[in-house]
Amino acid sequence: MSEALEDTGETGIGAPVRRREDLRFITGNGNYTDDLNQPGQLYAVFCRSPYPRARIDGIDCDDALAVPGVVAVYTGQQMVDDGIGDLPCGWMVKSKDGADMLSSPHPPMAATVANYVGEPYALVVAESLQAAKQGAESVYADFTELHVVVDLATATASDEIYEGIPNNLAYTWALGDEDATRMAFAKAAHVTTMDLTNNRLIPNAIEPRACLGMFESATGDYTLYTTSQNPGLERLVLSAFVQVAPEHKLRIVAPDVGGGFGSKIFIYAEETAVIWAAAKANRPIKWVAERSESFLADAHGRDHITHAELAMDEMGRFTGLKVQTTANLGAYLSTFGSSVPTYLYGTLLAGQYKTPNIYVEVQGAYTNTAPVDAYRGAGRPEATYVVERIVEQAARELGKDPADLRRMNMIQPEEFPYETPVALVYDTGNYEASLDKALDIIDYAGFEARRAAAAEQGKRRGIGFACYIEACGLAPSKLAIELGAGVGLYESGEIRVNPTGSVSVFTGSHSHGQGHETTFAQVVSDKLGINYDDIDIIHGDTGRMDFGLGTYGSRSLAVGGSALVAAADKLIEKGKKIAAHMMQATPEQVTFEDGQFTLQDSNQSMSIQEVAFASYVPADYPEDLEPGFAEKAFYDPNNFTYPAGTHIAEVEVDIETGVVSLEDFVAVDDFGHIINPLIVHGQVHGGVAQGAGQAIMEHGIYDEYGQLQTGSMMDYTMPRADDLPDFKVDTTVTPCTHNPLGVKGCGEAGAIGSPAAIMNAITHALGIKDISMPATPEKVWRAIGGNS
Amino acid sequence: MKVTLTVNGTEHAVEVPANTLLVDLIRVNLQLTGTHVGCDTTQCGACTVHLDGRAVKACSMLAAQAEGAHVTTIEGIGDPENLHPMQAAFREHHALQCGFCTPGMIMQAIDLIDNNDGLDSQTIREGLEGNICRCTGYHNIVRAIESVANAS
Repeated sequence: MSEALEDTGETGIGAPVRRREDLRFITGNGNYTDDLNQPGQLYAVFCRSPYPRARIDGIDCDDALAVPGVVAVYTGQQMVDDGIGDLPCGWMVKSKDGADMLSSPHPPMAATVANYVGEPYALVVAESLQAAKQGAESVYADFTELHVVVDLATATASDEIYEGIPNNLAYTWALGDEDATRMAFAKAAHVTTMDLTNNRLIPNAIEPRACLGMFESATGDYTLYTTSQNPGLERLVLSAFVQVAPEHKLRIVAPDVGGGFGSKIFIYAEETAVIWAAAKANRPIKWVAERSESFLADAHGRDHITHAELAMDEMGRFTGLKVQTTANLGAYLSTFGSSVPTYLYGTLLAGQYKTPNIYVEVQGAYTNTAPVDAYRGAGRPEATYVVERIVEQAARELGKDPADLRRMNMIQPEEFPYETPVALVYDTGNYEASLDKALDIIDYAGFEARRAAAAEQGKRRGIGFACYIEACGLAPSKLAIELGAGVGLYESGEIRVNPTGSVSVFTGSHSHGQGHETTFAQVVSDKLGINYDDIDIIHGDTGRMDFGLGTYGSRSLAVGGSALVAAADKLIEKGKKIAAHMMQATPEQVTFEDGQFTLQDSNQSMSIQEVAFASYVPADYPEDLEPGFAEKAFYDPNNFTYPAGTHIAEVEVDIETGVVSLEDFVAVDDFGHIINPLIVHGQVHGGVAQGAGQAIMEHGIYDEYGQLQTGSMMDYTMPRADDLPDFKVDTTVTPCTHNPLGVKGCGEAGAIGSPAAIMNAITHALGIKDISMPATPEKVWRAIGGNS
Repeated sequence: MKVTLTVNGTEHAVEVPANTLLVDLIRVNLQLTGTHVGCDTTQCGACTVHLDGRAVKACSMLAAQAEGAHVTTIEGIGDPENLHPMQAAFREHHALQCGFCTPGMIMQAIDLIDNNDGLDSQTIREGLEGNICRCTGYHNIVRAIESVANAS
């Protein structure tokens, strides 16, 4: 463990505090949804379509209902008949001609037509899980198979899946100046072109999705425990759009959640059907996904086909970038499915560079596959993959060092704020600083010697770069709503200093591995000068906290943490009034530092705990001030944050077998200020591992008939411990200029930079232009001349 | 059928259907929910427990196969006031994030330490082949296990 990460006992901002949540997880005392049970609960099993597209002509439930223990069978049609609405997509994307995107109907469970393998069409509830499974086996649906659209490359030229959605296109979205970009290409001294695929990924959080729905008939109260990254949003959608229950009667609890990576953001059929059925059956109902259901019915990620062209002048300066992408949306628009390949993708195509002219066009295509939505990075890994692959290729074509070509084109520190041609304003950064540090750590100068040593062992060694940028802390609400977002992008936070001086903090963010219970307590402790151990962070329960938007897009600290700072500032202001009154002064004469309100030019001071107590026992108290010492804030950022950095991979390819070994990986990231470096390093490690998985192992594959061929952990390869090296992680710091903590977000960077870096290293090792992800041994072996 | 086994030092005689999996006996009948189910098919290792001193995957064996056995689960190796060295090392090295794979990882890691001498980083990585962590990239898990190996 490096010196910087040693536990010094410090608990403020910047200290590598050991996580408080660990104690329950390492002792088996976590509180995950499947660990919860209710007296009298029923068990749910879903009937799922075995066909990628089929009309449901009828469902015979008689045999299922005859299974001992089966209580009821509910169908998709019954939900529709009950007035349950479609699962909505939360972002209205417009086509370049101004037309609204075309949404397919999306009932929670298929009612008349099932559109992907694994789509639920009925729900069996029973006294035991075994009875529910037997019941589900005994439901007979009469399906008529319909033609299917599976292949993304031909999807827009295939017969329509949905009436009224020509060419299976939800939208053709564009961003940038097409004419100016065309002119740049007309004048270019050199043009590099690439055709790239971004492989479909299946998230695979190790905790499968689960839920437990309850209804109190006496009060009309609904409670839904569910594996959600954003319980506030879940409640809003289920009440306002799906109309399962009124918002004030619906409580969503996301207890300990075992990983999300995006896949638990979305509002799914299963929890919608379970909470609806719990009221119909008037019994608690529990559902836990089996892994095969996770593969079939969790939203998948990525899945792009892209043609890109980069124009350069005679010096190698980038003058134009044209990108044409077809993005697979799956069978339905998932909660944020429309925004991921558009606003979270096209806007990042400037990367770290001063490319003056950029034009991107994205076709969002329906196919008869599972819906595709945000997965760690969400659009930004896809953008980075395009930019960093084509830049590396350009360097090879120009005979330039790939680090030098990047450096020549990077936005310089003095050029911030920098407005890109694709609608973002980067507030700050120092891209060369992270590049230089990464080159130093990897020992770039020593690469040729390492390459020669590998060659002696019959291995081909390659090195690859990715200088990524991402936009995090999605914001501001006004802009997002103008661009089609259905909700705001602020976050809520409340700090209650209790009468005894302990503190209860409520946040609309949700932690499912990120360690907020530790880092948010560090922030509040630092701001209020209250002992870290006296501060409790409470999240994940709409019955306890204000409306919030949850955790995704590396937003929790930048937005949710900033909300807590804003609430702390309000508390300090109120505390000054109380302290001033008690010290017979004016609030302007009182300063606050390290938990003490001090009267200037005196030796008089009061602790924040004394002030809190006085506010709850207001005997000697300002007349015009409310009692109590609790404040809340909703923080709406002014801009995105822009984490950026350099990732460098070194690989060795065994030319006999085609096996790629990731030998070394350096990540130098600029996340702005860091609250807890221990946790930040861990986030990078995990992100890099998922990116390495995308580059060399993971691929969600449907066959031509629409059946998922990678439906288990035996078929869908994920990185295991012996597939990965130790990672070398370091940081540089340019503080974010527009949030009070100067933070940017660190959750996704690893997954954003690493695929491009690793693929650049593999193609460098092999001396080829491209090989599609994942670079499996078979593909690599064929690429280097193995028999085909 | 009745299955008699010792779990975390306590003998239990549990009436279960014959097709009950060991992990369900542990989680449902004994309410020891620290042992998790991640994949149902022995791929992920979240359900790893010790059966007569060796790490096994409880999702893929019948409860009846544990008749007469001594089973140790994550709850049986330590508690917050008295952590097992491996539990303490996982916390010290930030070897967990969401915590879902963690009990299985820790049980597998203890098995590795107990049954190997002179563990190095590569041996540890190979020894974790049967346990998937989706959060940590394994880096800190390897560090945690190394620290226990070096201390013992």
